[in-house]
Amino acid sequence: MTAIAEEDKTIEVLLVEDNAGDVRLAREAFRDVNRSIRLHLASDGVEAMAFLRQEGVHLDAPRPDFILLDLNLPKMDGREVLAQIKGDKSLKLIPTIVLSSSETDADVLISYQLQANCYLRKPAQWDAFDSLVRSINTFWLTKVKLPQQVPS
Amino acid sequence: MTINSTGEDMLKEVLLVEDSPGDVRLTREAFRDFDKNVRLHVAIDGVDAMAFLRHEGAHANAPRPDFILLDLNLPKMDGREVLACIKKDENLKTIPTIILTTSDAEVDIAKSYQLQANCYLVKPVQLDEFENLVKSISDFWLTKVKLTQQPHGR
Repeated sequence: MTAIAEEDKTIEVLLVEDNAGDVRLAREAFRDVNRSIRLHLASDGVEAMAFLRQEGVHLDAPRPDFILLDLNLPKMDGREVLAQIKGDKSLKLIPTIVLSSSETDADVLISYQLQANCYLRKPAQWDAFDSLVRSINTFWLTKVKLPQQVPS
Repeated sequence: MTINSTGEDMLKEVLLVEDSPGDVRLTREAFRDFDKNVRLHVAIDGVDAMAFLRHEGAHANAPRPDFILLDLNLPKMDGREVLACIKKDENLKTIPTIILTTSDAEVDIAKSYQLQANCYLVKPVQLDEFENLVKSISDFWLTKVKLTQQPHGR
């Protein structure tokens, strides 16, 4: 019975990304793969935290079902954003997927240390990017059970 | 269980923490079908899982898993407690820990994410769906995700 409601539900995704080209690629890829996804954008770390804490212009921001987080961001670094999300009793439940062009072991390790839910390398090629978005959609939205409860 | 000389880098060590022999068998067969490079290790209760991860007792030579599949309802030490122990340990916390359980209770899902499970999957009852899920895990976690490259072993 809940399955029907869940299928119709809009999926709120927060993309934290400063590169306009990558934002565009992500938007197009998600639009192609799943119409029920509503992609929200934060172009730096400070804005991402304001969105998640519903501050300022983000007063009515929805709680994202999951977050796609770049590591290298202006104003507040993605690692710091991740640390703040995972240090917050309520926000820590939101699956946070690091999506970064960095492939260095140090970045992968620090991300898992900060409790990123997974680390994905952003491909440079459009078709690989598109295929990665498909994988994210298939795994996180059709297989994984996302948390529905907001802890008090 | 054959390790060829060139395949060693590719070999993925997966720890399955599961007390049901039927589910262990299904998981083993599904991984064998989809990914020959997976070496599946089994811990049948929570105490055994922690001993494996800490290289204690019979597990002195256990490899460090690339990821962990963890059932919630386990004898001796509950899956939630195993998860809490893993995610509190500075060394073990970087191992992706995937909950794979029959429970789809919201409270179990929320609690698992609170304890920083990397994701939560409900074990399907149907055989083909179970195989399909293992294929998805294999596809996503072994071909898309970047895992930590820490030295295996100790």
